[in-house]
Amino acid sequence: MTDPASPDTAGPTLVLGIGNLLWADEGFGVRVVEALAEGWTFDDPEVTVMDGGTQGLYLVQYVTEARNLLVVDAVDYGRPPGDTVIVRGAEVPRFAGLRKLSLHQTGFQEVMAAAELLGGGPERVTLIGVQAGDLETWGGPLTPPVRARLAPTVDLVLAELATWGITARQTTGAAPELLAPGLGLAAWEAHPTGPTGPAGGAG
Amino acid sequence: MQTPNGFNLDNSGRRVVVDPVTRIEGHLRLEVNVDEGNVIRNAVSTGTMWRGLELILKGRDPRDAWAFTQRICGVCTGTHALTSVRAVEDALAIDIPENANLIRNIMQLTLYVQDHLVHFYHLHALDWVDVVSALEADPKATSALAQSISNWPLSSPGYFRDLKTRLKAFVDSGQLGPFRNGYWGHPAYRLPPEANLMAVAHYLEALDFQKEIVKIHAIFGGKNPHPNWLVGGVPCAINLSGTGAVGAVNMERLNLVAGIIDQSIAFIEQVYLPDLTAIASFYKDWTHGGGLSGQNLLSYGDMPDRANDYSADSLMLPRGAIIGGDLSTVHEVDLKDPEQIQEFVSHSWYSYPDEAKGLHPFDGVTEPAFKLGPATQGDERHIKQLDEAAKYSWLKAPRWRGHAMEVGPLARYVIGYAQGDPEFKEPVTKLLRDLELPVAALFTTLGRTAARGLECQWAAHKLKYSFDKLMANLKAGDLNTANTDKWEPATWPTTSRGAGFTEAPRGALGHWVEIAQGKIANYQCVVPTTWNGSPRDPEGNIGAFEAALLDTPLADPEQPLEILRTIHSFDPCLACSTHVMTPDGQEKATVTVR
Repeated sequence: MTDPASPDTAGPTLVLGIGNLLWADEGFGVRVVEALAEGWTFDDPEVTVMDGGTQGLYLVQYVTEARNLLVVDAVDYGRPPGDTVIVRGAEVPRFAGLRKLSLHQTGFQEVMAAAELLGGGPERVTLIGVQAGDLETWGGPLTPPVRARLAPTVDLVLAELATWGITARQTTGAAPELLAPGLGLAAWEAHPTGPTGPAGGAG
Repeated sequence: MQTPNGFNLDNSGRRVVVDPVTRIEGHLRLEVNVDEGNVIRNAVSTGTMWRGLELILKGRDPRDAWAFTQRICGVCTGTHALTSVRAVEDALAIDIPENANLIRNIMQLTLYVQDHLVHFYHLHALDWVDVVSALEADPKATSALAQSISNWPLSSPGYFRDLKTRLKAFVDSGQLGPFRNGYWGHPAYRLPPEANLMAVAHYLEALDFQKEIVKIHAIFGGKNPHPNWLVGGVPCAINLSGTGAVGAVNMERLNLVAGIIDQSIAFIEQVYLPDLTAIASFYKDWTHGGGLSGQNLLSYGDMPDRANDYSADSLMLPRGAIIGGDLSTVHEVDLKDPEQIQEFVSHSWYSYPDEAKGLHPFDGVTEPAFKLGPATQGDERHIKQLDEAAKYSWLKAPRWRGHAMEVGPLARYVIGYAQGDPEFKEPVTKLLRDLELPVAALFTTLGRTAARGLECQWAAHKLKYSFDKLMANLKAGDLNTANTDKWEPATWPTTSRGAGFTEAPRGALGHWVEIAQGKIANYQCVVPTTWNGSPRDPEGNIGAFEAALLDTPLADPEQPLEILRTIHSFDPCLACSTHVMTPDGQEKATVTVR
C-alpha cells in the first residue's frame, strides 16, 4: 500500500479508460476518459486521466503509483447492452474472477496482482463497466445503447470521484485533445468503416 | 509426408490442442500431433482472430494513419506508428531532419530495451523458471549464487529472505496473478530453487525498472502510453534553455534521458545477461525448437545511421535474407520488388481471385472467407480439431521469393553474424564460448532467447550512441525536428505509393500505402507474427512456429510446457497479426488432449 496521504487530499488518483478504440463497443472505456479529459478540469494536480488502451502489464507503474484507481471499461456479463455495473474494493478482483467481467480482465487482473507484488497498489479501487453490445465489428462505432451511456458514465465517474473528495469543474473554451488526430470520437464517427466482420470465428 | 521445405509431417498420432496460448498479446491456437513417445510430429498454428485494419484505413488522411496502426497492438504501438510515417514519407518523398531521425532511433531503441526486458522476464522466463520451487530456496545460497555471477548490489541473504517471505504470502493468498496458469513442478523445469528465487527477484526488479525506460518515450513523444508521431519528423520541440516538465524538451529532461540510458545499460549487463547465461547453462542439452532458423531468415534492417538513407549500408540493424542455411550469402531484400514479398491465402480464411498465386502487398486484397475444411472436428463455435489440409488460420502466409521465413532477433543476429559484422559476431561468439556451445546451438529455442538478450544490450548502447549524436547536433545549434514543406495535401502528387519498414522487437514489419487524391486508397501491413505464425502455402511449406515445434518431446502432453517455451521464444503478438476474437474465448489456457 502507498503511504497514507494527508487527510485533506485524496492523494494520487488515476482515472483509467481501457479498451481498443478500433473495435466497436470495446472502445467504450477510452471514449469515457476522452469525454472526461476534454470536458472537465481537475484542480487537484494529483488527478490523472489516462487512455490505457490495451497496454496490459505496461500499465503497472501507473497503478502502483495511484492511491485511488477508477477503471472504466466495456464489460460482458450477459446483460442487455448499455447496462452499467459498479464494483468496488475487494469485489473488483473477486467479481472479475467469477465471470468474464471486463474484456481485459486477464491483463488487468495481472496488472493489479503485479502491483501488489511490487508492494504498491491502490487503496481504493472502483470499476465502472458498461455492457457491450457489439464486440465483433472491427472498425465499427459504439452501438447506440452503449453510445447513449457515454455522458451518464462521465457523470458516474464524477460522482465516484466526489465521494473520494475530488471535484471537477466544467472546462470552458478549448480543451486539449486526449487522443491523436483522427482517433477522437467526432472524427471516428464522421468516417464510419463499413461492415467488416466475418460471419464466423475460430476458437 | 515431407514438405517442400524439408520437414516430415505425420498427423496420425493423438492431437494436443493449446488454445489460447497464454502470456501473449492476442489469440493463437496450436494443435500438434504426438507419436507414441510423445514427440511432436505435426504442428498447426492458427490465428483465431480476423484482421481488417486495411479496411479501417481506407479513405482516411494518410497523416493520421500512424495513430490507427498504433492501436492494433498493445505491445508494439510505437513501432507500428514509425513504420506508418515512413510509408507515407516514402510515398510523398518527404525527407526528415537529422534530429528527427535521431529521435526516432531513440524512440525505437527505447522500445527494444523495454520490450526485450519485459519479454524475457515477464512473458518468457516462467517457461524456464519455476516460481513455486523458489519457495524452497535457501536465501543464503541464493545470495552466494547471485554474487558469483554479477556485481549487482541487490544480492544480500536478507534481500532474498524478504523476497521469499513476500512471495510465500502472495502464493498462500491463492491469488497467483501473473503466476497462474503455470505448470509448476513440471519435470521440464531444471533450475535449482536458488536460481528460481534469484530469477523471481529479477522478475520484480525488471517490472519496477521498465517504468524508468518508458520515460524516454514520454519525453520525446509527449506522453506515454501512446506517444505522438508526425509525418515529416517528430512532434517534439526543443529548447535547451527552457525549464520545467511541460513544454519544449529542455536540458533538464535531456539529462534525465542520459541517466535512464546509463541505468538501462547497467541493468542489462548486471542482471539480464548474467541471468540469461545462468538459466541457459541448465538447459544446454534442451536443443529443440530450431525450425526454420537454421534455414531461412529475414530482416528488413532498421535504425538509419544517416537521415533519409534507408539503404542496407546506412542501417544499424542488418538487412538481408539467408536461404537454405547458407551463411556465405546474404541476399538483398527490397520491399517494393513484386517478386520478393508475397502473401498467400490458400490455407488462410481469405479469398483471392487465384489462390495458387501470392500477391505483393501493393496489390494486396483482404477479403475474409471463413470456411472450415471437411476433416474439421466440431463446429464453427467449438472447433475441436482443425483441418490443416484446408483453410485454417486468420493469418495470411507471407513468403520471400516463395520461401517461408523466420523473423526476429535471431534472424537479425545470424544475418549480422553472416555478414561478419563484429557488433553482432563478437557477442555471439563470446556467449557460445562462455557456455561451451557450438554455433549450431544458435538455431534453437534458447538461441532465439539468447539473441534477444544480446540485442537488448546492443540497443542500450546504440541508445547512448544516438543520444550523444543528438546532443552534439543540438549543441551545434540545430534544433530542427520537423519538415512541413509537404504537409499540405495540395503539395502531393495525385497518386503515389510507398513502403515503410522497421524491425519491430519481434521481427520484420512492413506497411505499404497507396495514396490517391489526398486519401488512403490501399493500406497493407505484413507484421512479424504473420511471418512466424504463418499457415501453410499452396506448395505445402510450413511456417516458423509449425517448423519449430516438430520433433520436440513433451514430458507430459497434458502440460505442454515445451510448446509454450518454443512459441514464446518468438515473442508473438497476435493482436496485430489477427483481429476479432470469438467473444467466448476463455482466459485460462485450455489444453485438450485427443
